[in-house]
Amino acid sequence: MIDDFLLRALTAGLVIALAAAPLGCLIVWRRMAYFGDATGHAGLLGVALGLALGLPMMVGVAVIAGAMALVVSYSARRGDYAVDTVLGVFAHSALAFGLVAASLLPGVRVNLMEALLGDILSVTWSDIALISGGAVIILGIMAARWRMLLNGTLSPELLVAEGGSLLRDRLTFTLTLALFVALAMKLVGVLLITAMLILPAAAARPMARSPEQMVVFAATIGMLAVGLGLWFSWVSDAPAGPSIVVMSSVGFVLSNFWKLLRS
Amino acid sequence: MKTPLVDVRDIEVKVRGRRLLHDVDLRIDEGEIVTVIGPNGAGKSTLLKAIIGAIDITSGEIKKRQGLQIGYTPQKIQLEKTMPISVERFLALAGPLPKGARGEVLATVDVSDLRNSQMSDLSGGELQRVLLARALLRKPDLLILDEPTQGLDEPAEARFYRLLADIRHNSDMAVLMVSHNLHVVMAESDRVVCLNGHVCCSGAPAHVSADPSYKELFGARAELALYEHHHDHSHDHGECSHD
Repeated sequence: MIDDFLLRALTAGLVIALAAAPLGCLIVWRRMAYFGDATGHAGLLGVALGLALGLPMMVGVAVIAGAMALVVSYSARRGDYAVDTVLGVFAHSALAFGLVAASLLPGVRVNLMEALLGDILSVTWSDIALISGGAVIILGIMAARWRMLLNGTLSPELLVAEGGSLLRDRLTFTLTLALFVALAMKLVGVLLITAMLILPAAAARPMARSPEQMVVFAATIGMLAVGLGLWFSWVSDAPAGPSIVVMSSVGFVLSNFWKLLRS
Repeated sequence: MKTPLVDVRDIEVKVRGRRLLHDVDLRIDEGEIVTVIGPNGAGKSTLLKAIIGAIDITSGEIKKRQGLQIGYTPQKIQLEKTMPISVERFLALAGPLPKGARGEVLATVDVSDLRNSQMSDLSGGELQRVLLARALLRKPDLLILDEPTQGLDEPAEARFYRLLADIRHNSDMAVLMVSHNLHVVMAESDRVVCLNGHVCCSGAPAHVSADPSYKELFGARAELALYEHHHDHSHDHGECSHD
């Protein structure tokens, strides 16, 4: 019989892997991995804010990650720096500010290990209800706006010329990403959120023939990685979050190896 | 006088404090073929982006005829190798259309056999045709092409223009395109606009090629390997016609 906490971890992980698939593909297609980092790292500051104001953790994280995503997407293409420099500055500053804020908070101790690496084994059923609700929202928005998001990825000019709104495209993408960060934070921690997004998507790429296929494969690989990672963590006592990411990266290597063999 | 499809009046575009376009007027009437030429950095793509609404103008105005359908081909699309997508699916992203429209338009641009190919496997010429197909899908009143022959060799470029002329022959849509190659384009164009931050000269191809400011612009380009955004050509407004 599978232990209850393992069942909870598995459920939460599978839901997150599912929600990560379309977002992760968009991040890979748009070459915005660092953007994911900046938004993810801002989550730590969100935890500190939530604790300081007595808000639920997810609310604090969603607010700060959302603000970060908006600021970054607004400022990345302005100014005198290359986009990756700006994103790097934001990503690492957010992390450092979060660490400092967490240590300066009077009266409360933030479990840094948990904030950075997550603790999927401690999720409760009410956490899972929240995560599932959030995942349904993300997947619903993705499904409803999928054509716009693909067009915005391929060519912003084409999107506008065909009557679309670039602002709506960018807002949809950044705000769903912020919501995802808030959901995934407790499970895998701020450091590995981007990994949850881009590794399954990157692993899915060599096998996919259409954008939708890539999303489905990414979801499958992500869910397999959650299952295998939790199993590995269970038998070896390794931390669960990193174990899941390790399994994703194994998937990435195998998928590229498969591609190599076929060509 | 008929309402123009697009009426650009005295626009200015600044990006990050740099003035890319100023005092630009451009009027496109039904069925006209207008070609914009100019050196690198002259603001040709910027002008097209301003017209489709992808970039904000800082002053002036751009009037479009009510209900104007624009078909647009971008200079490039961000495909890289990261997004797997077939030609068929790419066309489908243009939105809901009558059945058979995609097959028809692919036949028009003569790439029916590429229907199930991956976009990332296409050659430069094939990609341009597919982009054109997508622009044609909406049966536009105005086709806007941003350097459609960039990266094509000369035969491919000639084929592309012949195709464009054929398509244009069977419909009454107007065409606005940016080109860096003068010789192939001018034969087909009703009007050529010579742009370098502002409109240096414009008019019928023969008129423009005889214009001194045109000669200076393209002469300057040949001599200066690194083109700068300053005014390195003189203006003789007596001979440079603005419309």
